[in-house]
Amino acid sequence: MKKELLEVGYAVPRQDARAKVTGEEKYALDHYPENLLWAGAKRAGVAHGRILEIDFAAAEALPGVFAVLTRKDVPGTNRQGIVHKDQPVLAGERVRHRGDPVALVLAENREVLAQALSLIRVEIEPLPAVFDPEEALKPDAPRIHERGNLLLHAKIEKGKAEEAFSECAVVVVETFEAPCQEHCFLETENGVAWQEPDGKIVMIVSTQAPFRDRFEIAHALGLEAGSIRIISPYLGGAFGGKDGATVQCLLALAALHAQGRPVKMWWEREESFAAGYKRHAARMYYRAGARADGTLHALQCRLYYDSGAYAHLGGEVLELGMEHAGGPYRIPHTDIEGWCVYTNNPIGGAMRGFGVCQVSFAFERVMDLLAAKLGLDPLDFRLKNALQRGDRNCTGVTLVHSTGIVPCLEALKRHALWTGREKWKLSAGPFKKRGAGLAAVFNAMGYGRGLPDSAVAKVEFTPEGRFRIYSGVPDMGQGNATAFLQIAGEILCQDASRLELIQPDTERCLPAGSSSAGRTTYTFGNALIRACREMKAKLCHRAALVLMADEERGFALLPGKVRHLPSGRDVDLDFLARLLPEADRSSVGQTVMPVSQDVPDTGKGFIIGFPHVFFSYAAHLAYVEIDELTGKIEVREYLAVTEGGRVINPQGFEQQVHGAVAQGIGYALMEQVALDQGQILNPNFADYLLPTSLDVPDIVSVSVETVEPTGPFGMKGIGEVGANAPVPAIAGAVEDAIGVRLTRSPFTGGRVLSMLEETP
Amino acid sequence: MVRFVLNGKDMQIDAPPDRRVVDLLREDLGLTGTKEGCGAGECGACTVLVDGETRLSCLMLAVQLEGRQVTTIEGLQRETGAGLHPVQEAFVEYGAVQCGFCTPGMALSAVRIIRRNPDPTRAEIREGLSGNLCRCTGYVKIVEAVEAAAWKMSNKPPEKPAKDAAP
Ligand code: FES
Ligand code: FES
Repeated sequence: MKKELLEVGYAVPRQDARAKVTGEEKYALDHYPENLLWAGAKRAGVAHGRILEIDFAAAEALPGVFAVLTRKDVPGTNRQGIVHKDQPVLAGERVRHRGDPVALVLAENREVLAQALSLIRVEIEPLPAVFDPEEALKPDAPRIHERGNLLLHAKIEKGKAEEAFSECAVVVVETFEAPCQEHCFLETENGVAWQEPDGKIVMIVSTQAPFRDRFEIAHALGLEAGSIRIISPYLGGAFGGKDGATVQCLLALAALHAQGRPVKMWWEREESFAAGYKRHAARMYYRAGARADGTLHALQCRLYYDSGAYAHLGGEVLELGMEHAGGPYRIPHTDIEGWCVYTNNPIGGAMRGFGVCQVSFAFERVMDLLAAKLGLDPLDFRLKNALQRGDRNCTGVTLVHSTGIVPCLEALKRHALWTGREKWKLSAGPFKKRGAGLAAVFNAMGYGRGLPDSAVAKVEFTPEGRFRIYSGVPDMGQGNATAFLQIAGEILCQDASRLELIQPDTERCLPAGSSSAGRTTYTFGNALIRACREMKAKLCHRAALVLMADEERGFALLPGKVRHLPSGRDVDLDFLARLLPEADRSSVGQTVMPVSQDVPDTGKGFIIGFPHVFFSYAAHLAYVEIDELTGKIEVREYLAVTEGGRVINPQGFEQQVHGAVAQGIGYALMEQVALDQGQILNPNFADYLLPTSLDVPDIVSVSVETVEPTGPFGMKGIGEVGANAPVPAIAGAVEDAIGVRLTRSPFTGGRVLSMLEETP
Repeated sequence: MVRFVLNGKDMQIDAPPDRRVVDLLREDLGLTGTKEGCGAGECGACTVLVDGETRLSCLMLAVQLEGRQVTTIEGLQRETGAGLHPVQEAFVEYGAVQCGFCTPGMALSAVRIIRRNPDPTRAEIREGLSGNLCRCTGYVKIVEAVEAAAWKMSNKPPEKPAKDAAP
């Protein structure tokens, strides 16, 4: 249905789609200011070592080279990192992974830059290195950081797991491994920056967290956060990989040495692989038991997440993994222990599903195995144990907010793809085997306790009579900008022609946190609702003054006007716009996401971000067909049922589900950053395979609408949850088809084939 | 000096013959609608139409443009006169755009698919788009958009085509 007004609940096409499809939209990458310099980093190329010498004389002497900078040119602490400041902007003494930058070159053009980088000679004395998190915890392991190799160790204990196992009728023990996954946003990390005559650094950068970036840069380079301005246009994808400093500190450093000239830094694809953040590789030891009546009873797991060389958000990623380790189920006894460990691998970081993707693989496979042992239908077994509002989850937190896994599973159970699966399986062609697999997953929303999840929104009534929303959270492609416009349109009752949105700019917009954690639309949306309501009240009041009405009641803000309903008299917005003084043009709203009030006496070892209290839920079903000759798995049908409260934009909702599922299918079937001694063997799209249009089926997305009363118009974030289910659903489908138990992803044809050959 | 026709306009450009076409377009001519996602011929973000065929501008050199007709995303509207090209319209309407970084390349590949085969099946559309990576959409809505655009361009009744039946 076409609507003139921008309103909540309608499948309004994205407001940015038109500019993107014509090529007009300017991403950070599309800025080429006059007179620019190009900056590039020399990377260590050694996984662990001591820097003996950096000889850049030849590079410096090259015509067209503007400057070569090393550690000694970094004015501040030289340390970046969101929670732990352990990552150097430029490595000075020590390198801890191959992608560590050791020198920064500024050059007149890219050709000279490339040549200069190749002329820098870095002498590094290799140190013993370690590439496996469990190895790195051994007492004799090479020490990567002063404080040792353990970034975070934590424990969640609820009930008495060890004893409870003796009360179980069935117990499953299994080990799972999930590899490092690359975000592969198409726009690689980049930005352009310059220093203004007054000393201010201005940066246009592809980032998820413009407001935090200022503090990162300020801390690393010894600057004042207020002297840094970050502008973040629409991003060409991010998925977590642009949360935290990528080019920011290097670019700011370059700008400090560029004598006012703009500097552009743009990582090539291979550099993005080498230096960018990745989904953590994880090894997960699981033991779970259920009683004879089909109730889950005990869970014990040991999780090892590979943080790579630096912390980034490793501790928080592990924390979320642990918090979700028990799946969306009631389990009275849990004993969950986790270690996030430094190695000399590339750096782990935030990625859609944030630590939950990995444990979902383990837990959902364990659910299938338990169901099989109990002789229960896997869906009924899940339903029987599914969390409901009022239950305590596996960490002991009481679920007081919307909890929709049951309706997800029920909708899946009624769906034709579920009821028709046996029939479909029977019609496989020659040398093909078919199977169906199921997964129930969840994903927390927000930063969690200890890190206020807040946003400030501003809306301005312009002299032209338009409403301008100052967004504080970037749109990395997830469509939050359009959701914001719908929210504003809904409250202000205006059509698209009266609404506009400014992408984040730390000088024009107000701090609203990062675009991440499924919190973007929830938190900023709530703040925006307040700002818009205040604006509406203001305009009604000012219209009352114009009409000399005795009281403010009876006024309605309508498209292009304010109407006094009792008298039918209108005040044009255009007229009102010219009347209002500057000081009276804007409204501001702010909110903080509610946090858990019954912090359990678990989660020992967590620093911030534990526990969470809002979750979105999903139940997925995968149909796969396996070629017995090649082992190749094809996903033929895919159903994703999602619960995320009320849906603000059904089209945007589906887009998020489709994208998350596609990334999950990639993680299941083909994606793995292949590492050898910390070196990436497949740092390009020829060798690191991504799903193409031939690999992803027509995903069916079903939304189970509940309501989350604390959310803007009842919504919760659903951008991440869909990425968690494909790996276990596909693994389950494979086991259903050929009886092979996959415990290590990705499930490549070669791996499946060799397992088929092993099975008698 | 390279002479070619760019989005309907005669061009004479003094570029080094080994200048990559993607740099020529983006940096020298300011046509930043053409994107670069890999620089190695693997993602399709830099797709342009050269004499109506899709070409990867990151693998082409300026000299190879001599005497050719080049269409970038910025020139697609011109082809239909005013307003968006039906492919662009369908991309907007059917939600085929998320981050939008693959979009220009995808749209140009879609134009070529429909030119070659005005009534493509979903399988043929998937085949035709398989050289263009998209990390955001899972391709579902892109395929739908291309199907809808083909339908519209063939002047068939203005209704949404039915999806292929599930197997
Ligand atoms: S940039 Fe040309 S194919 Fe990727
Ligand atoms: S829309 Fe983001 S890569 Fe396709």
